[in-house]
Amino acid sequence: MDWAPLVLSLQVAVLATVLSLVFGTAIAMLLVWKRLPAPDLIDALASAPLVLPPTVLGYYLLTAIGTHSALGRAWESLTGHTFVFNFAGAVIAAAVGSLPLVIRAARLGLESVDPTLVAAAKTLGAGRRRVFLTIVLPLAAPGVIAGGMMGFARALGDYGITQMVAGSKIDGVPTASIYVMDAITAGRDDDARAMAIVTTIVGIAMLWAANRLTRRLHHARG
Amino acid sequence: MAELVAQIKLARPGFVLDVELACPPGITCIMGPSGSGKSTVLAVLAGLAVPDAGRVALGDEVWFDRGARIDIAIQQRRLAYVFQSLALFPHMSALANVGYGMARDLTREARDAAARVLLERVGVGHLADRRPRTFSGGEAQRVALARALARSPRLVLLDEPFSALDRELRAQLTALVRELAQELAVPIVHVTHSIAEAHLLADQVIRMDKGKIAERGTAAEVLARIATLDDE
Repeated sequence: MDWAPLVLSLQVAVLATVLSLVFGTAIAMLLVWKRLPAPDLIDALASAPLVLPPTVLGYYLLTAIGTHSALGRAWESLTGHTFVFNFAGAVIAAAVGSLPLVIRAARLGLESVDPTLVAAAKTLGAGRRRVFLTIVLPLAAPGVIAGGMMGFARALGDYGITQMVAGSKIDGVPTASIYVMDAITAGRDDDARAMAIVTTIVGIAMLWAANRLTRRLHHARG
Repeated sequence: MAELVAQIKLARPGFVLDVELACPPGITCIMGPSGSGKSTVLAVLAGLAVPDAGRVALGDEVWFDRGARIDIAIQQRRLAYVFQSLALFPHMSALANVGYGMARDLTREARDAAARVLLERVGVGHLADRRPRTFSGGEAQRVALARALARSPRLVLLDEPFSALDRELRAQLTALVRELAQELAVPIVHVTHSIAEAHLLADQVIRMDKGKIAERGTAAEVLARIATLDDE
């Protein structure tokens, strides 16, 4: 069996998770701390990837970052590559699918931080950055990590949005989920079964490890 | 020694707060029924709530003046605030909790050493490396007091910190606060429901009702007239 699709999927999923963690946590913070206008609308928009068909999401992404879009043109002039049909496009596609899961979990984590602790830290002289780094983030960490974990699982298994934005192969290599589909349609049942089993084992192992980490962090929270 | 002087006007749906306070160094107990605005007064003094109008000054230093558009950040007021819930950081040891408010230019070793001294001072040196979830109610109060002292505060705000304790522990901690008040010689504003606690602690008692000051005076003057407030 060819391992390249699994390696590609892991690379895409890890980067997509990082991306969705950064943006998802930031959006969750703005929603929790009521720094955004029309927060319910923004929450609904950010959660839309949960309910929209992958093809619809893919269509929106192609419109937003395609070669004719301002973002797509800016990226191309900066890097010489397009978003679509490239690794970057696959990462963005997987990140968009993961984003609502990260936002929801991070939001729960942030909402679990007692506001009195934040007030106490301020009365003890801590500025905004120190309060965030020493109080909010450590106490919200289990929620944020749980979000990252779900986001990773979602990104690893993405098929539809990736297919729409990055195509069926990136530099000649399909992602693991596309590889399984290709193998089935080509009648290579053994390859499809092997990739399915390995992907399942890797995904479950990552979730198991993240679960343990989350439990440890819960314990460390006191 | 600086006196705390405050005029506070604040209107919220269903609640209006309109008070004038003068708290000299020593202990001022604020009493009154729930919802009378006691904790809101502390929040305004700390800078955690912004009044619609008024002025808060400690000695010559103006912390808040609506008219002059002065609002000194909480972090710069150098006050100590012991919350009703104590608000000890659950993910930090007692030592780290106490050291949290100390000057950032101190080395870790110097902060830890100073925090140990404070924990010893309030009788819980043995808790230094333990987390708050392992503390008893009285131990947690003592750690919270040590943390409050760590900033060498110019004003101490105590929001019913002993309300969840039994009579014996409350008596021990009341005595400790009395000792600390003498050492610090700064205004201490202590919100309490307990007449016994106010009797033991207060140099001045302020009784609030429905967002206004109903009565003020020495403990002997005011407490004798407070028959309707719950004690214990």
